[in-house]
Amino acid sequence: MVFARASSPHEHSALSTRQVMQYVLLATLPGLVALTWNFGWGTVINILLASTVAVGTEAAIVALRKRPVLFYLQDCSALVTAVLLGLALPPLAPWWLTVIGTLFAIGIAKHLYGGLGFNPFNPAMVGYVVLLISFPVPMTTWITPRDLLPAGVHLPDLWQSLQIVFPILGAPGQAVDAITGATPLDAFKHHTGLLVEQIYAAEPLFSRAEIVSYGWEWVNLGFLAGGVWLIYKKVFTWHAPVAMLLGLTLMAALFYDGGSSTSGGSPIMHLLSGATMLGAFFIVTDPVTSATSARGRLVYGASIGILVYIIRVWGNYPDAVAFAVLLMNFAAPLIDNYTLPRTYGHSKARKATEKKP
Amino acid sequence: MRKIWDIPGGIHPPENKHQSLTDGIGTIAMPERLILPLNQHAGAPAKPLVKPGDRVLKGQMIAEPVGFISAALHAPTSGTIDGIADQPVPHPSGMSARCIELVPDGRDEWCDHQGVGDYRAQPPTALLELIRNAGITGLGGAGFPSSVKLGPRQPIDTLVINGTECEPYITADDSLMQARAPEIIEGVNILRHILGNPETVLIGIEDNKPRAFEQLTEAAEGTGIEVVEFPTKYPSGGEKQLIQILTGKEVPSGKLPAELGIVCQNVGTTFAVYNAICRGEPLISRITTVTGQACGRNGNYEVLLGTPISHLLAHNDFDAKACTRLVMGGPMMGFTLLDPAVPVVKTTNCILAGSKAEFPPAPPAQACIRCGLCAEACPASLLPQQLYWYAQSQNHERLEAHNLFDCIECGACAYVCPSRIPLVQYYRAAKGEIRRHDAEQLKADHARQRFEFHKARLEKAEAEKAAKREARRLAAEAAQRKTATSEAPSSGPGSADDLIQAAKARAAAKKASPDEQKAKLERSVEANRNRLKIARDKLAEGRDQGLDSDAMAKLEVKVNEAALKLKTAEEKLASFDDTSPGKGDSTVADDAASRVMDRVTASRREQLETTVASLKKRIASAEQAIGAETADATIAALQSGLEKQRQKLAEAETALAGLGPDGDQKVTDPTTVDAASAAIARAQAKAAARASMTPEQKAREDLHALDQRIAKARDKAQAARAEDSEHAATLESALEKLEEKRRGLIEALGAEPEETVPERPVAESVPAPSAVEPHPVPNDDPAAAAIARAQAKAREMAAMTPEQKRRVELASLDERIAKARSKLDSALAEGSEHVEALQGALEKLENKRRSLAQQDSDGVNPEGGA
Ligand code: SF4
Ligand code: SF4
Repeated sequence: MVFARASSPHEHSALSTRQVMQYVLLATLPGLVALTWNFGWGTVINILLASTVAVGTEAAIVALRKRPVLFYLQDCSALVTAVLLGLALPPLAPWWLTVIGTLFAIGIAKHLYGGLGFNPFNPAMVGYVVLLISFPVPMTTWITPRDLLPAGVHLPDLWQSLQIVFPILGAPGQAVDAITGATPLDAFKHHTGLLVEQIYAAEPLFSRAEIVSYGWEWVNLGFLAGGVWLIYKKVFTWHAPVAMLLGLTLMAALFYDGGSSTSGGSPIMHLLSGATMLGAFFIVTDPVTSATSARGRLVYGASIGILVYIIRVWGNYPDAVAFAVLLMNFAAPLIDNYTLPRTYGHSKARKATEKKP
Repeated sequence: MRKIWDIPGGIHPPENKHQSLTDGIGTIAMPERLILPLNQHAGAPAKPLVKPGDRVLKGQMIAEPVGFISAALHAPTSGTIDGIADQPVPHPSGMSARCIELVPDGRDEWCDHQGVGDYRAQPPTALLELIRNAGITGLGGAGFPSSVKLGPRQPIDTLVINGTECEPYITADDSLMQARAPEIIEGVNILRHILGNPETVLIGIEDNKPRAFEQLTEAAEGTGIEVVEFPTKYPSGGEKQLIQILTGKEVPSGKLPAELGIVCQNVGTTFAVYNAICRGEPLISRITTVTGQACGRNGNYEVLLGTPISHLLAHNDFDAKACTRLVMGGPMMGFTLLDPAVPVVKTTNCILAGSKAEFPPAPPAQACIRCGLCAEACPASLLPQQLYWYAQSQNHERLEAHNLFDCIECGACAYVCPSRIPLVQYYRAAKGEIRRHDAEQLKADHARQRFEFHKARLEKAEAEKAAKREARRLAAEAAQRKTATSEAPSSGPGSADDLIQAAKARAAAKKASPDEQKAKLERSVEANRNRLKIARDKLAEGRDQGLDSDAMAKLEVKVNEAALKLKTAEEKLASFDDTSPGKGDSTVADDAASRVMDRVTASRREQLETTVASLKKRIASAEQAIGAETADATIAALQSGLEKQRQKLAEAETALAGLGPDGDQKVTDPTTVDAASAAIARAQAKAAARASMTPEQKAREDLHALDQRIAKARDKAQAARAEDSEHAATLESALEKLEEKRRGLIEALGAEPEETVPERPVAESVPAPSAVEPHPVPNDDPAAAAIARAQAKAREMAAMTPEQKRRVELASLDERIAKARSKLDSALAEGSEHVEALQGALEKLENKRRSLAQQDSDGVNPEGGA
């Protein structure tokens, strides 16, 4: 009789890394639906294109590194990176933009650092920031939400969208320029010298919104819903996202300034515009690149929230989640050093770099 | 209602307890053979009391505990000892160890045994002894000898009985609590009595055992024992976790619960204590759960220790083909068995024969995604992902900063890890690695300390020598100065008084050394005692944490080593107290010193009187000589000599007559005193140094001195022969004598270095005190002898006028210069390396002589004649 020799524990919970990634993918759906509803097929095309490139790149690199390809693909982490990048890119962005971004995210930001678990920077955000810096124009060209389009102008259908993304498929029957427009954050930034109320009145993005920013509010609520579900599924803890949202809210409230002409915008506008919720629940929660302990994640999340506000209001870019996240990726090891939990039987927490007493 | 605290982390794996909880506690047919490992517990293996062929009765002790942390072993049934040999034992490594094999005779015949009538009438120590002799160890998985855990040094205010049994599948304690609640409660009462009736007595049970809770609550009614139920969560049953749940307190890292005034015992152990005290039955069986899908039947059984697991499995319709993993213990912390022939031991709470569906083969580990699920599950609030990271990179410093050693290896982190990383395995390996590393470090540190100590000793010896040289130089200088200037008593630095004081102080310092030595020995005993305590604590803690037996074995070895060292240190101290070496030496030195001082500082009147007397004598003999002499020239010479003597006598008598009332005062001639006190200092230093030596060391030192003298004597003899001197023969015979002495000394040393070497084996090797005046100082002591010589010299000097002294000094200097010259010549001839040194010495001597001669010719007469 020969029995297996194994180290305890002999049982495992059912949750696997693959499942974790699948949950994350699933949780993006509400946000994706909202995006597609408001801005057309562009995001879906982004995601599909990015996923293909990501999986291909991952396979090629894993093969190059002489590792079992299928084993590494099955963790689905490349797919998650691709989906997050696809969600973040402007809909109907030219194909090469998506391809370059994905190549950069998987090839450089992930595998150059040793692959999953070893990358200090969030790959999707690295891809995004590289594109934003290199190609600012296509990266800041957003679509006007479906219902705010001028009369007679429609969002392109699927085939037209494909033609816009891949010009090789022939000229689209519709000019892209006709459907592009500002995002709420752009709009807010451009109207300087006006009271918040005046901006709201001048911009249909605000005036026709249910809550604060037309179309975007639903996108953000969609990601919020997905995120809450993930917390419920224990894929990650509440610490980092909640801290980030609180940080952002606090800053917005502090500098709201009664809606004067120097106001940075209301907290609710900041929460429901741009990439706030996508960032809070799908980027900030990336476990690999965030701080480790619960306390650390509170610090990490809150810092990102504050940075997002600072860059949005006082920086040159209308949105800031990517920059803020990358900056805090830098700081994560430092945060870790000072936020070790207090271990059982110890009167206080130690520092990671502490020497033997 | 008692407040229940929550523990951080924890998991809820499927319980799988119902399978084995069907019908109470069953029994198993007697196996053909019982295998009883000598080490079923934490600590030293028991020592067999039987030999093959012996017939033993049920309950008879067949192996006794060795040392403090160890446990006895008893025959589980009557039968014949078949052998004592190495057999595979239940251990994660699958190792073999010494086991007693017993072939049952089927009669199951008890030895004489009976319980203690009223345990409350017994002192706790007696009960602890009974528990120790009953071979009771923790039955909850740790196996730490219960008598040790129940006899803490700290006062105990809380007794916690662990009925948690939080691991999935296992129901041994549950079934025991259901079936034998009154006995368990009685056992708790016994433990209470032993621990001095702690205020709070708690039995902790998870809420998935409602029947056990009911039974115990009922049985505990009116006893003051609180039965506490709390929510099921793994690992609530860990000792530290249970204490936190029930009391809200945390056992400080690296400490035992006793530090908090808490003792924790498992319900199974409590039942065993009841059996031992009330029924007189030692620990020979235990309740074991047999479960898992590869067993057709699941259940709990009262199993004799030593029953082969294969026998147990066969009884439960075991399907070997269906079994992929055979685990002893639970699925979270149990270890796999490779061979089902291993026996049930005291810590076997469960045999889990898992099927493929239950324990599918582990998938390959994926990368850590740092999801933090592990950290959320960790009951010790560690960061398992960081520990894993640093374990991989072998970063020991970071591992310790992340409190690796507070990990209880519960496996909660590995259970939840979505990447299926065998985290616990990494932690065990890292812990082992760090322990090894620390042990090596410790060894290296000891070596370094030894080296430094050695160096310090050498330096100290060197410093002492230098100090002696300095003292001698100072004495010589002072002597010169005094002679050169006036006789007026001086009290400046380097004066006689100072020197005497200094010498005394030095001698006193040296004398203190036996005391110091004793203090050192005492300190060493204390340190070793501490070390032993630490080692024991570590062992206890290790056992609590469920260290694998490899690590435990190492800890045990440490404990034994520490105990041995303590013993040696204690013996040393004891023997030191007995002999108090050095006392005699220093006393002798003291006596001698005081005698010298008496003489040297003899009053002026006494000195003068002596001088007068001796002069008178000399004059008388000179007169006689003149009377007998016929040659004129000679007579003239004699007469002039006589004249001089007479003159001196007159002077001395005048001086004596002129002595005032203070003439009786002591300490006259500082020069004399100086030289004498320097010599005294030297002698005392030497004596004191010897006082702190063992006889052997003394003998060795003597041998060394002898060697030096022999070398010198040889040189001299050679030089004499080379010069064809008349002294050659004398020198050679002296050399021979020295060599003979040396042989004797070596023999004495070699024969029995500790005992037979006499305290002062080379007494004769020291020249007898100067022939000038035989002296009562015991001449078997080199120090005393040296002092005697110094005294003699001092006396001589005291009797002389300064001029005479100078002359004597001059003469001796001349002699030394001559010697130095001849040495230098022969050194030059041989091209010896010492030429330079010799030249330097010669120069110094010549300088000295010059300055002395200068004084002489200057005609300074400091004393105005004496
Ligand atoms: S649970 Fe596993 S994958 Fe997740 S952080 Fe811990 S070790 Fe890494
Ligand atoms: S095995 Fe150690 S690190 Fe893992 S959960 Fe248990 S105590 Fe924490």
